[in-house]
Amino acid sequence: MKNKDLSFWLFLAPVLFALGTVVLIPLLYGIYYSFTNWNGVSYTEFVGLDHYVTLFKDEGFRNALWFTVKFSVASVIVINILGLALAMLVTSKIKSRNILRTVFFMPNLIGGLILGFIWQFIFTKVFDSIGRATGIEWMQGWLSDSATGFWGMVILMSWQMAGYIMVIYIAYLENVPGDLLEAAEIDGANPWQKFRNITFPLVMPAFTVSMFLTLSGAFKIYDQNLSLTNGGPYNSTKMVAMDIVDTAFKFNMMANAQAKAVIFFIIVAIISLTQVYINKKREVEM
Amino acid sequence: MKKKKSTQRILIEVLGLLFGLLWLSPFYLMIVNAFKTKLEIFQDTLKPPTMWTFDNFKQAFEELAFLQTFMNSLFMSVGSIIIILFFSAMAAYALSRNGSKLSGAIFFLFVAAMLIPFQSVMIPLVALFGKADALNFYGLMFMYLGFGCSLSIFLYHGALKGIPKSLDEAATIDGCNRFQVFWYIILPMLKPISITVAILNIIWIWNDYLLPSLVISGAGTDTIPLKLFLFFGQYTKQWHLALAGLTISIIPVIIAYLIAQKQIIKGVSDGAVK
Repeated sequence: MKNKDLSFWLFLAPVLFALGTVVLIPLLYGIYYSFTNWNGVSYTEFVGLDHYVTLFKDEGFRNALWFTVKFSVASVIVINILGLALAMLVTSKIKSRNILRTVFFMPNLIGGLILGFIWQFIFTKVFDSIGRATGIEWMQGWLSDSATGFWGMVILMSWQMAGYIMVIYIAYLENVPGDLLEAAEIDGANPWQKFRNITFPLVMPAFTVSMFLTLSGAFKIYDQNLSLTNGGPYNSTKMVAMDIVDTAFKFNMMANAQAKAVIFFIIVAIISLTQVYINKKREVEM
Repeated sequence: MKKKKSTQRILIEVLGLLFGLLWLSPFYLMIVNAFKTKLEIFQDTLKPPTMWTFDNFKQAFEELAFLQTFMNSLFMSVGSIIIILFFSAMAAYALSRNGSKLSGAIFFLFVAAMLIPFQSVMIPLVALFGKADALNFYGLMFMYLGFGCSLSIFLYHGALKGIPKSLDEAATIDGCNRFQVFWYIILPMLKPISITVAILNIIWIWNDYLLPSLVISGAGTDTIPLKLFLFFGQYTKQWHLALAGLTISIIPVIIAYLIAQKQIIKGVSDGAVK
């Protein structure tokens, strides 16, 4: 199919049109609008970098950004440790391995909104009643302050994503040659030594893939944040995605929200490009 | 030595079982409490209910207008998936059979677009589609094509490398035009990857809340997440009804999962690792 063929362009036209109008044009317009006093319909003047300067003074945005970073780092660590542990569990020879695989992956298919509501019930009602019945103080009053809101989000996210990450680790673990492990065992290696010296190095690539998947996933979440804490109490658990949505559609500060959205785009793009770079580098080495 | 092995084994079996139960406990808590009265939930959240009645479910089912809402979700997801699969496969085919620099650049454009997070384009997107009077059910499907085509084209493009060009040529000699080659020869051969692409897209489209809330909310075509959000706001202190609503909403997903779990897990794994 040559460039000058009509069929080449006809085959591409629908997706080019969709990508252009849904993603590319809004992106460019968005960057442009962030330098104006756009109100969602029209604009009257250029304001230069005013919105960006305001952002750095905007405590709400700074807090949201910092909370998002903390949340993403904690989630990446917990999800990857859990995901790897679950993957090792279901690739071992235990009898329940198939059903466990099914169970661990299940939360991943259910929407973040629904999962957030379920966990809101668990944290505020179930935890509370266990706490009161047993006198354990830390189980009471969950989601009523920013620390429990934070860990609530991490637990929710881990429960949802660990099964997904498990599936990725499984794909790599199944490539670890069994005879290598057997040989090591004959040589007297204990389970930890086998893991440390054989399994772990072979699963390293999965770690890069999983780390970035969880990192960008955690950074962008909105639904879970909305349904679990709705940013509360006092906006202390509000993440960047929610801050952008609220600024735009609750407070109607469109250009200001769009400047936040541009910053958000830059951060996510840097995370993703770092991953692409690392993957390419590794491919060359291999 | 042998004895040590077997205790270790039992330990792992028990550990697996405990983890499995822990993982299922949120579902257990949701279901048992959905059967209780408001008072019973207040008294205890862990035990099964004293009486299993379906009253909460009946009320939640009606208030969610669940059949209608479910059909909205189904129509929207399936419609979006069909256009994503068809147009992405077609585009990937054109790109893979054209070795020029231009086609490489277009492919790169689609891949690069995957880096753009939804929240960074949503405000101008809603403004633009509002101007074009396209903030409706079909506008939403079109948006899903825009957001979903990048990954889909990427996956199709990878699979197409494995289909020899001589097949196209043979079909062309037999008198097929470009579209016929695509429709009769190529598309059937892309069936395995199409399943992967369909699964990856349907998971996020079915569950998506933010985009529909900006595009179709209040238009009478609410999908499950939209309706559930409204419902939940209405019954915020009435967990017995809220939990019944959540349970009903999850049932279709669980059924689909139990029927097609092999394909789903394989699809998700392929999509992530590639």
